[in-house]
Amino acid sequence: MASRVLPAFGSRRSLHIFERNYYAYRSQWLMFASGFFEPFFYLLAIGIGLNHLVGALPVGGRSVSYATFVAPGMLATSAMNGAVIDSIFNPFFRLKISHTYDAVLSTPLDVTDVALGEVWWALSRAALYAASFIVCMVLLGDATSPWVVLCWPGAVLTSLAFTCVGLAGCTYVRSWQDFDVVTLVTLPLFLFSGTFFPITLYPQWLGAIVSVSPLYQAAALLRGLATGQFDLLMLGRAGYLVALGLAGLWLAARRFRAILTP
Amino acid sequence: MTAQGGRDIVAEARGLVKRFGAFEAVRGVDFTIARGESFGFLGPNGAGKTSTMRMVSAVSQPSAGSLSIFGLDPRVHGPEIRGRIGVVPQDDSLELELSVRLNIEMYGRYFDLPRRVLRERTDELLDFARLTERADSKVDDLSGGMKRRLTIARALVNRPEMLILDEPTTGLDPQARHLLWERLYRLKREGVTLIITTHYMDEAEQLCDRLVVMDNGTIVAEGAPRELIEHHSSREVLELRFGTDAHAAMHDVLAPHAERVEVLPDRVLLYVEDGDDALRTVHAAGITPLSALVRRSSLEDVFLRLTGRTLVD
Repeated sequence: MASRVLPAFGSRRSLHIFERNYYAYRSQWLMFASGFFEPFFYLLAIGIGLNHLVGALPVGGRSVSYATFVAPGMLATSAMNGAVIDSIFNPFFRLKISHTYDAVLSTPLDVTDVALGEVWWALSRAALYAASFIVCMVLLGDATSPWVVLCWPGAVLTSLAFTCVGLAGCTYVRSWQDFDVVTLVTLPLFLFSGTFFPITLYPQWLGAIVSVSPLYQAAALLRGLATGQFDLLMLGRAGYLVALGLAGLWLAARRFRAILTP
Repeated sequence: MTAQGGRDIVAEARGLVKRFGAFEAVRGVDFTIARGESFGFLGPNGAGKTSTMRMVSAVSQPSAGSLSIFGLDPRVHGPEIRGRIGVVPQDDSLELELSVRLNIEMYGRYFDLPRRVLRERTDELLDFARLTERADSKVDDLSGGMKRRLTIARALVNRPEMLILDEPTTGLDPQARHLLWERLYRLKREGVTLIITTHYMDEAEQLCDRLVVMDNGTIVAEGAPRELIEHHSSREVLELRFGTDAHAAMHDVLAPHAERVEVLPDRVLLYVEDGDDALRTVHAAGITPLSALVRRSSLEDVFLRLTGRTLVD
């Protein structure tokens, strides 16, 4: 009965949430720096250590070094981890502890703007970190093709999928204890989604299950882009991530509305 | 003074209902608020005041009935309505990590106000809230009264036509309350419509031109504070205290000496025209209370009369 003439995915006003987060975080440069260093350390450790032990792996038709194989997986993982922090941990605090959004909703902003604004913020951070990660890949010789630059939008797309799903998930978190569940989901994703080894090593049925994992789709997409080996399947992978993002954002906005403006 | 008679109406509700699942928080209320008026919602906790406020501030959607703010439907024109009002919520919900100044400036950005305009306006508002010296402090370090004034300053950043205050002075000491009231009078003089919820009857008597008394999600009375008192209560009240257990038994004994007798757990109230006179007749009848107090009727008495309960437990 209540007809709504509000945009389903937020409006331009959502950018004010980005601005708000910028003001709130601008003094916390250490947190930003850690976001740059974490992936760098991963790459370094793998490049120096594992690379020599593991040897070459097949990607598409070609044989590549382990570091080249694993770097896009690390990039996807880094995008996922960043998204989890920016969509679950921080918004949970603002949603249920500090009640930041309650004050915001007394202004022209709508709940959809709040959800979309958090997405802008997460994507901007993801874009920054991904850029530095890709520079590291190139510097350490882990990138074999100039197409590696396409990993940048690819990583942002990965962040979009995880941020939106995370925002929806954030609304179900009841207390800090529930964050263990987040780890319970992200850790196996991180370990088994074809990030460290090809999923062809799994029995076929298990491989089929793993291929549903958004992190697998993201890692496979980024790997194709990093090595410059394109196929049509990649469009499907990108489409999967976009669809996940839109569904997540839609659900997040609905849940935000139910919680904030019952 | 009433809202009718061709004056500019800023808020009008007819049969307004708010349900949360099976629970009905607001059960069909009607009210009309005129521009420049200072209008109160008085009632105990859980009466439905905050739910009503959230609908009037176009934050939560009515479940049934009609509501019009500035002549607009909040279901459709939410952002536009919210752009023209200021809201002071019950819990300040300030940005604790940001400075006092940034709390106002950032809030202004939500209204799409340019930074240049905001810098100027923030200076004025800091002055209004007497917080100029604390402009660069973190909000966490402010006292309760300062936080409240900052919340009001923040709510004024868009130069609202209507300011909605939910329990503005709950938890403040008397000095902080009076300072806040004085700032609210000033706004009223400038023509800002004030909508105030409170469970303090002295606050309602001080601030409101007109008010409604809410209980259990409905409006049980409406009028100017003085009108309500004259209409629903006697001129004076004689408060008598006996031994705790004796109160219930005193009702019938005291009934002949007053227009009406209310028995509360800690005292007995006699509604009378002349308190001192009534006390003399009580004494003359051989009744000896432990203590006696004569006072004027207040909104508290109106509320007690209408609902059979006290306002503040």
